[in-house]
Amino acid sequence: MAEIPILDIQGVGKTYILNDSRIEALRDANLTVRKGEFICLIGASGCGKSTLLRIVAGFEAPTAGQALMWGKPIAGPAPDRGMVFQDYGLFPWLTVRENIGFGPASRGRPKAEVRDTVERFIALIGLARFADAHPHQLSGGMKQRVAIARVLANDAEVVLMDEPFGALDAMTRERLQDELLELWQRTGLTVLFVTHSIEEAIFLSDRVVVMEPGPGRIASAHPVELPRPRDVASPEFNLVRRELGARLHSHHGKKAA
Amino acid sequence: MSEATIAPPQAAAPLARPGLHRLGRRLGPFLLALPVPLLLLAFWHFAVANGLTRLIPSPAEVAEYMVDFAVGGIWDDAFSATLHIHLLASASRVYGGFLLAALVAVPLGILIGRVALVRQLMDPFLQLMRPIPVTAWLPLSMILFGLGTQSAFFLVFLGAFYPILLNTILGVKNVEPRLFEAAAMLGCRGNAQFFKVVLPASLPSIFTGLRLGLGLAWFVIVVGEMTGVPQGLGAVIMDGRTLSRTELVICGMIVIGVAGFLSDRAVVMLMNRLLRWSPMHRG
Repeated sequence: MAEIPILDIQGVGKTYILNDSRIEALRDANLTVRKGEFICLIGASGCGKSTLLRIVAGFEAPTAGQALMWGKPIAGPAPDRGMVFQDYGLFPWLTVRENIGFGPASRGRPKAEVRDTVERFIALIGLARFADAHPHQLSGGMKQRVAIARVLANDAEVVLMDEPFGALDAMTRERLQDELLELWQRTGLTVLFVTHSIEEAIFLSDRVVVMEPGPGRIASAHPVELPRPRDVASPEFNLVRRELGARLHSHHGKKAA
Repeated sequence: MSEATIAPPQAAAPLARPGLHRLGRRLGPFLLALPVPLLLLAFWHFAVANGLTRLIPSPAEVAEYMVDFAVGGIWDDAFSATLHIHLLASASRVYGGFLLAALVAVPLGILIGRVALVRQLMDPFLQLMRPIPVTAWLPLSMILFGLGTQSAFFLVFLGAFYPILLNTILGVKNVEPRLFEAAAMLGCRGNAQFFKVVLPASLPSIFTGLRLGLGLAWFVIVVGEMTGVPQGLGAVIMDGRTLSRTELVICGMIVIGVAGFLSDRAVVMLMNRLLRWSPMHRG
């Protein structure tokens, strides 16, 4: 018998009904993710990449097909799937420490254990000096580090990231990409990462899943075989980037025609 | 608090400088607040001194009467040394009515904001009642509660009720949906979200309502004490009017102003403590 994948998306579709008109955000999406895989979803807006992520998170239920985690249907949000939002979604009234401890504390972990976990992750993201600061006192990069730590401190097996670095400046983005990869390699996490940057997708992922709009669907998947750490300036990297770029733009061309 | 704002210490700067600087920064706003009221006071003084009006006493006369009103020993009439009695009477009605309003309006606002059934039941009724000014309630409240303290209490309650209620509803309804998603994926679901998300997230708005409500309570107390109340600052003002004692009227006005100001500062201080996390609440 085949190994059960951590995530199994089987024919998933999502249709919204808005003012009596049906909007098909996602049609017949199929994707199997092995534990420890880093997958990027890429595509133009309206291709359903965020919808797919939200279905895996359990924020939305599919209207067709099913999404399985370890073979069991996903029923609502749960700590085993942590989401990192583009707009951070931190609790503004809690300090960095309290934000990271929110999950473990909500799940009734003993106080001492919560404290140890929090301190470990604060050290991991290098925000010890800001442990008692509130989110409005942090830069965007710091906020996103807290958002990642908050999910990891809660024992998430799958980390869902919805354009997490989209609002950051280029230098902060690069640093966070490096940090994320380091974390991923150290912890064996499974990551589903939505982006609209081809470079980001190739730099980060084991597999790039290209999605198309109208209706949103998975068009193709491309394993990235480049050895890590990857050099965005290398000829090999550029070759992959050109291939994938052509692939994406051909979809755009089709849509415009 | 941010790292960037902390400048490295300058070796060349003399030691006394930072202390003096801080003093200047604290005194600056205070000094800037003075010219406008001082100018108005001067205008008042010269207007009276030059006979522009004969109906209004001079600032000095009012000040003298204020001292008598507060501690007595100058005029020794029925109002000498009675300030504390009137202030206490008014303050107890203001805070009593305000606290009762907060006790009813905050939970009700939370229910209206969160529970669709309660909203459908209560919202149309409350929207219909809201445009009726508190002053219009005066006769009815006197019939319902009689002449006197209870009626004043009721009017204060009514005046403070709507701002607290409306701001609570607003706060509860406007909690960012993202925060519910974040709480749910971290394992905080259902009713637990109420105390961990809804309440803290709507606290700034609730405080805005409390602040407005307390302000209106001081506003309404004069109306509430206009008839049939022996003690209270509103009663003092009305008595001053009937007796044509303008200095008494002005003293009553000043005391209400100062008391209202101080009670607002107290709320702001509490707010700054509780809402340190909200950059919009620095007052």
